[in-house]
Amino acid sequence: MKKTGADILVQCLLNEGVEIVFGCPGGANLPIYDAMYRAGVRHILVRHEQGGAHMADGYARATGKVGCCMATSGPGATNLVTGLGTANMDSVPVVAITGQVKSWLIGNDAFQEADVVGITRPVTKHNYLVKNVDELAQTIKDAFHIARTGRPGAVLVDIPSDVQLAETEFIQPREVSLPGYKPRVEGHPGQIQRAIDALNAAERPVLYVGGGAISSGACPELLELAEKGRIPVTCTTMGLGAFPGGHELSLGMLGMHGSQYANNAVQDSDLLIAVGARFDDRVTGQPETFAPQAKKIHIDIDPAAISKTVPVDIPIVGDVRDVLVQFNRQINREEPTEWLNQIEKWRRQHPLKWKSEDGKLLPQYVIHRISEMTQGNAIVASDVGQHQMWVGQYYRFNRPRHFLQSGGLGTMGFGLPAAIGAAFAGLPDPVVCISGDGSIQMCIQEFATAVYHRLPVKLFIINNGHLGMVRQWQELFYGNRIMASDMTGNPDFARVAEAYGAVGLHVEHAEEVDAAIDKALSTKDNLVVVDFIVEPYENVWPMVKPGTAINDMMGTISEMA
Amino acid sequence: MIGRHTVGVLVANRFGVLARVSGLFSARGFNIASLAVGETEDPSVSRMTIVVEADGPTLEQVKKQLNRLIDVIKVQELTSDGMVDRELIMIKVSISPETRTEILQIAEIFRAKVVDINQKSFIIEATGDENKIVALVELLRPFGIKEVVRTGRIAVSRGPKTIA
Ligand SMILES: Cc1ncc(C[n+]2csc(CCOP(=O)(O)OP(=O)(O)O)c2C)c(N)n1
Repeated sequence: MKKTGADILVQCLLNEGVEIVFGCPGGANLPIYDAMYRAGVRHILVRHEQGGAHMADGYARATGKVGCCMATSGPGATNLVTGLGTANMDSVPVVAITGQVKSWLIGNDAFQEADVVGITRPVTKHNYLVKNVDELAQTIKDAFHIARTGRPGAVLVDIPSDVQLAETEFIQPREVSLPGYKPRVEGHPGQIQRAIDALNAAERPVLYVGGGAISSGACPELLELAEKGRIPVTCTTMGLGAFPGGHELSLGMLGMHGSQYANNAVQDSDLLIAVGARFDDRVTGQPETFAPQAKKIHIDIDPAAISKTVPVDIPIVGDVRDVLVQFNRQINREEPTEWLNQIEKWRRQHPLKWKSEDGKLLPQYVIHRISEMTQGNAIVASDVGQHQMWVGQYYRFNRPRHFLQSGGLGTMGFGLPAAIGAAFAGLPDPVVCISGDGSIQMCIQEFATAVYHRLPVKLFIINNGHLGMVRQWQELFYGNRIMASDMTGNPDFARVAEAYGAVGLHVEHAEEVDAAIDKALSTKDNLVVVDFIVEPYENVWPMVKPGTAINDMMGTISEMA
Repeated sequence: MIGRHTVGVLVANRFGVLARVSGLFSARGFNIASLAVGETEDPSVSRMTIVVEADGPTLEQVKKQLNRLIDVIKVQELTSDGMVDRELIMIKVSISPETRTEILQIAEIFRAKVVDINQKSFIIEATGDENKIVALVELLRPFGIKEVVRTGRIAVSRGPKTIA
């Protein structure tokens, strides 16, 4: 029996295990929408396609499954660009399906035409334009395979509307066979042996963990390795949650706004084991000064991530989990007591804490309370800015896939839709978004999506009346010339929330914080928006001055124990 | 140290693959000195010869990033003594009754062919490695070069080994 391209597409999506699609219809994808209607596919209408891409991304980050989003041709598809770039930079599996103008109109400046494959090429892992309905089923199979395997990423499939309507026999696609794509899963045994020998001999080892440890599902193996070898663990923002934040071996976050003790440990280590981390410049500071005495082991599925910015002594290309299993089999080392004592000393000398001031509502306090009251178990999406770094510092993540944030692209507007995407996954833990007054306004229209679906998302706005991170840099590095970072003109967010049908709360004093968080956590059937009006000039400390070594930090609080 | 390196790349012969490869170079700030592409004995596969200007670590990145592309099947660096490389050039050069013979002699020395002729110009076709091509251009320059087209380098490794 013949089927239309649209029906074949929907069948393929279901075969790939797609449970939910985030999108917005238009002329060029209406056949797909009609086919989804007939097949009863769960579709969430978003208010802006960027929101849809971030929702698919948030769903994927929280569940580990592939997220799926949709847009029509032209402006619909171009609205996906930021969302796809965000997912791809952070190696999140997302497949986007876009409608395209009829194939014979492509290249004619037709109504709502854009070269979507061209525009999204640099922000996706791969993309396709399907010109013939007979290729559709195989293309979808390949697209999902590429998105979820190797270093995961975003894949886009652009389908002209005539291809959606064309009929053909539905042939079950072949197994994926892509001659140019064979991600290497098993690490090289010789390299692994060298690494294990180096580890067994090291006196001051540190594990430096990134998002790859989470996406490969290596967290139990990581815990085992750290405990067996008594190795302290520091995480990038993407890696937070890969290792329990409250563990005695946890050093929390490293890098530009990491703790002084984490950065000291890295800089003083004699062996640095990078696990699914990519030596981002926010982590390394000036690359030549990064962990100068350390032999560096780098475990990563992506060969191109190795020695890109910092030269590595023992590269291991392969699946992180697979490699750690082998480490654990052969690790045999004594407790590095002196080293752990040294780190404890740094921890006591330069604790990560804020200066509390009377009567002021401080952002760190709010985040600390959210962390305490959710016991580190909430799925926390954040936006980008100071609040994001405070979440990294003061929210104590216990488990992987619980911190959803745009680490690579640094996309403001990501947080709320990502939280909505995660909430649609129906996981048992509460879903929280911590945003800034600037960031939230970049996708605020998705309030409607959350309210319509009665999603119990808790949105906590750390409202400092500024593009805080920009203001901090202007204060520190631009002679305090505050240009274009003052947000005067902000609406009353609690009332905006109410206008959308959500619950809106407004908090100005420290005493009211707990009650507001409590109200948000106990609301089970609606979006709750809490607008925390915090001290406007608070800065994120400590901080590595851009372009210097990471132990050269400003604003460290020193306390001799 | 920055040098010129030749990289052979097998790619799936698909729509957009050239844009993908060239886009990678521009997006990552790699310098392409030349890029030549054509079908191989297998019509579903094309082969590119890319000449890049890069230092050692950058060359490593070029190879790794190329390998990351889904449509790229194989990447191989070709060293100058391990490869045979050629370029094709066509030069339209001005002639006059006085210079005709001299130009023909130069062409002959370079084993170049005259493939078109009229009252005012020759088109001279030559193949060879880059040094030879450059030398020919320099010798013809004084006569008045009207137009030059070059293919860019193509290269293949010596001996029985193949890239595939
Ligand atoms: C889409 C986008 N535009 C601009 C920026 C640059 N930027 C980084 S942080 C920041 C300020 C964020 O302000 P806000 O959301 O209020 O958070 P705060 O820093 O005050 O916590 C800006 C503008 C960005 N990261 N993303």
